[in-house]
Amino acid sequence: MNPRVNHLRDKSLEEQVSLSHERAALVTQFYQSHIALEHSVPVQRALCLKYILENKEIFIDDQELIVGERGPRPKSVPAYPEVCLHSLEDLEILDSRPKVSYKVSSKTRQIYKDTIIPFWKGKTIREKILSAMDGDWKTAYASGMFTEFQEQRSPGHTAGGGLIYHKGFLDLKKDIQKEIDTLDYFNDPEALDKKEVLLSLDIAADALISFAGRHALALEEQAVLETEPKRKQELATMAKVCRNVPSNAPQTFHEALQYYWFLHVGIITELNPWDAYNPGRFDQNLYPFYKNDIEKGRLTKDAAKELLCCFWIKFHNHPAPPKVGITAKESNTYVDFCLINLGGVTPDNQDGVNEFSYLVLDVIEEMRLLQPSSMVQVSRKNPDRFVKRALKIIATGFGQPSVFNTDAIFQEMISQGKTVEDARKAGASGCVEAGAFGKEAYLLTGYFNLPKVLEITLNNGFDPVSGKAIGRKTGDPATFETFEQLFKAYKRQLEYFIDIKIKGNNIIEKINASYMPVPLLSLVTQDCIANAKDYNQGGARYNTSYIQGVGIGTITDSLSAIKHLVYDKKTLSMEQIQKALNNNFDGYDILQHQMLNSPKYGNDDDYADTVLKQVFNAYHDLVTGRPTARGGVHRINLLPTTCHVYFGEVTGALPDGRKKGVPFSEGISPVQGADRCGPTAVLKSAAKIDHLKTGGTLLNQKFLPDLLKEEKAQQAFVHLIRSYFKMDGHHVQFNVVSEKTLRKAQKNPENYRDLIVRVAGYSDYFVDLTLPLQEEIINRTAHETF
Amino acid sequence: MPNVSKYIFKIQRFSIHDGPGIRANLFFQGCPLSCIWCHNPESQKMLDSKKNSDIQSVCDALMETIQKDLIFFDESGGGVTFSGGEPLCQPDLLFALADSCKALEIHTCLDTSGYAPFSILEKASRKVDMVLYDVKLAIDGTHRKYTGQPLGPVFDNLTRLSDQNTNLLLRWPLIPDITDTQENINGIIEFVKNNTRYRDINILPFHKAADGKYERLSLKNKMGKIQIPSEQSIRKTASIFKFHGFNVTLNG
Repeated sequence: MNPRVNHLRDKSLEEQVSLSHERAALVTQFYQSHIALEHSVPVQRALCLKYILENKEIFIDDQELIVGERGPRPKSVPAYPEVCLHSLEDLEILDSRPKVSYKVSSKTRQIYKDTIIPFWKGKTIREKILSAMDGDWKTAYASGMFTEFQEQRSPGHTAGGGLIYHKGFLDLKKDIQKEIDTLDYFNDPEALDKKEVLLSLDIAADALISFAGRHALALEEQAVLETEPKRKQELATMAKVCRNVPSNAPQTFHEALQYYWFLHVGIITELNPWDAYNPGRFDQNLYPFYKNDIEKGRLTKDAAKELLCCFWIKFHNHPAPPKVGITAKESNTYVDFCLINLGGVTPDNQDGVNEFSYLVLDVIEEMRLLQPSSMVQVSRKNPDRFVKRALKIIATGFGQPSVFNTDAIFQEMISQGKTVEDARKAGASGCVEAGAFGKEAYLLTGYFNLPKVLEITLNNGFDPVSGKAIGRKTGDPATFETFEQLFKAYKRQLEYFIDIKIKGNNIIEKINASYMPVPLLSLVTQDCIANAKDYNQGGARYNTSYIQGVGIGTITDSLSAIKHLVYDKKTLSMEQIQKALNNNFDGYDILQHQMLNSPKYGNDDDYADTVLKQVFNAYHDLVTGRPTARGGVHRINLLPTTCHVYFGEVTGALPDGRKKGVPFSEGISPVQGADRCGPTAVLKSAAKIDHLKTGGTLLNQKFLPDLLKEEKAQQAFVHLIRSYFKMDGHHVQFNVVSEKTLRKAQKNPENYRDLIVRVAGYSDYFVDLTLPLQEEIINRTAHETF
Repeated sequence: MPNVSKYIFKIQRFSIHDGPGIRANLFFQGCPLSCIWCHNPESQKMLDSKKNSDIQSVCDALMETIQKDLIFFDESGGGVTFSGGEPLCQPDLLFALADSCKALEIHTCLDTSGYAPFSILEKASRKVDMVLYDVKLAIDGTHRKYTGQPLGPVFDNLTRLSDQNTNLLLRWPLIPDITDTQENINGIIEFVKNNTRYRDINILPFHKAADGKYERLSLKNKMGKIQIPSEQSIRKTASIFKFHGFNVTLNG
């Protein structure tokens, strides 16, 4: 690491996370002005973005090479009052909570009290959403049957395609003008709506060009004042870069990175989409610029690496916007889910790994930062040495990069009706969400509590935790004579809660379409210009809305325990099970022991794994294909972020032997400690899920650090990954850490500030995790070998 | 269901140190030796041979488990390793398993102490793809002292396998102060070079993984005071074998 990078990295690591009122104040000023009232909603939103970008503070750090901050300075995080307005109590909680806190200054509190809160109260998307939801939705939501992604953040996954690398914003403006010129006011009843959207995209383009221009000006001024010749030259070069992009298509590697970064900052300033923005297929997009610059002799490998390191630090400067309440519980982290994709295949279906892919892996290893997160796509065409290089980084116990199956992603895309080329350019964003980068509006809508549906079923529609009747009356399970009867009742409850969720989703999508268009994101998402429709209105080429199933291991083990003990072995009655659960196993140790020793998912045991398939199919069939308000379809994926902890908290004892309040299994990983036959058995079990019918599954495995040290073991891991991918597994990631280390870190967190662990689809600092989540990770089975 | 664990006391899936690729290790119950560093002391007790009538059903049950990992074997060039205990103590089961694997084109390794009647060893060596053959001590007295049995059959059998060109990898446990004496190392090198065609040796440094097992089983652990060998001493020992023309690998 060179001194510049070291300096910038240290600074970014040391900087405390704080909440900035800058954006909130500017948005408020804009909407208080008469300008807002003169325009349609899409144009309002674009002008609002322009107002922010033309008036926000410009920050240029000493020594940095890539410029642009969302807040007034690094790690100063803005708020989005038009989506979710923080109360003074929220600000106090954000400031003082022990984990994932945001410092809030007294000045910020004052501005919130005087201006922001009085103006936005009653006008936010969050309030619009919550007031539009019916009683059933509110009851189910409050009981923890599902969460709602759009109540504090705006939609957006698998953004960030290849468009910007061959088109400047001036080119896009021409495309927009062409569409405006050809609007058919005689036959198209939506012509005027379309014009307003197109105008909004055009203004958004101007907004970002102007933001870049402000940086160019500031850099030129600094260059004049700078006395050190090398820095003077750098500042002049940077200014030139900022004059050219995003107006024009990038010509150099530096310009390509800076273009992306301006767009990234613009999109996360426009609103707070869930996976921030995303550089997508990073090595595929950037390699042509790298190669060309090297060949022309205007870039060295070292200089490219330095630029990349500076680029990495910019991501690290941008923690996720603050979340509160249930949303903070489901996603309790500073990580904002940008996911760098490497490897995979080229659009003409060749091995996509190149020299630049390896350079980026070097950067990932050397930077060792939580953000951006990174992954390798592994196609059967990619060489083993690429996978091994990634494993060597994973072996350092950093939880990155994660490993994805290109061939599975391709099949997932094709089965959803995407074109072959779009499928080859696809990848994963966020945790494991696979989509067509830059062409698909992939919306996560909320986590779904699969195990709690069983709790409701076993209590005939009653929720013992909240003390309310919240489900259907599907009958007293004690009267069920077969497992099939029980499963049918489970399915009916599942259907009931999924219906509530989907109804809510469709209303919320309409609210976002009407009130919260995103002109800048639309500008760079194909085919919003051609369709003259906003991203939030279904303008993208592909539109999908996902419900993320949580706890599939826990529900599988719970159902298979009942099947085994009540219906097959007949050693227990349903009443006995109900009693044991109602008493949280107090005084029912033997019953709990029997449940804990029933067949478990994760052991390649067809008894449990057949139940797994039943649950998966039921969930899939009830969700997949149902229409959304944007003209897209609902689909499923299986990932939890930190929601398996929250859902566990709101769910009572379950028949797998789990006590009340304990976290569920995470992703598609087995219940912590339930897998006893080693990693090959886990992979076999996990592969019994039909991954290709999902939009992403998440499997974590924990290994003892010694195991990955040897060359032979690394080779075996390549084989392990390749075998899982042959079985169409979607994703796998490894935690390489010992229990001893984790226990020590709990005792002396100050000595383990830099200990990083894989949580779910992302990594986090271990000491920043809540205690239940720390315990959950420690309890995962650690595989070893002999 | 037959009581499989009576014959095979443990099945270790995802084993990567006993033969090529990802393997399933079957640990056979029973061993004629009682090496004081044994990592599987629970395996030493011999089976009562008169009661073993359900070999075929045991074999079938085991084959069902083995086949679960076929995709990993195929991908990695792995397979099944018969280990123990001493697999040659249960020849009927060993032969049945080796035949079944062969029929399914599953690669097999026999991990053996070599201490068995040659007729059994020979038959087994023709049924498996590879033999992992332990050479521990080259002096009869110390061999008797630390393993409880004479050295003769171990070296005789090795010579005969060499004569019949069996595909074989030598394995030598590096036990500080017991097997790593200059005299012993020289003895092994001399014997192997003079009497066999084998020049590939796998050094298995002593580790403490079995300490907990001795404690759990309330067995006397005679290795309590012996420390694991240092990286330096492992390297030094490896270089001696290399100097004498051996290809050396570490840790299986």
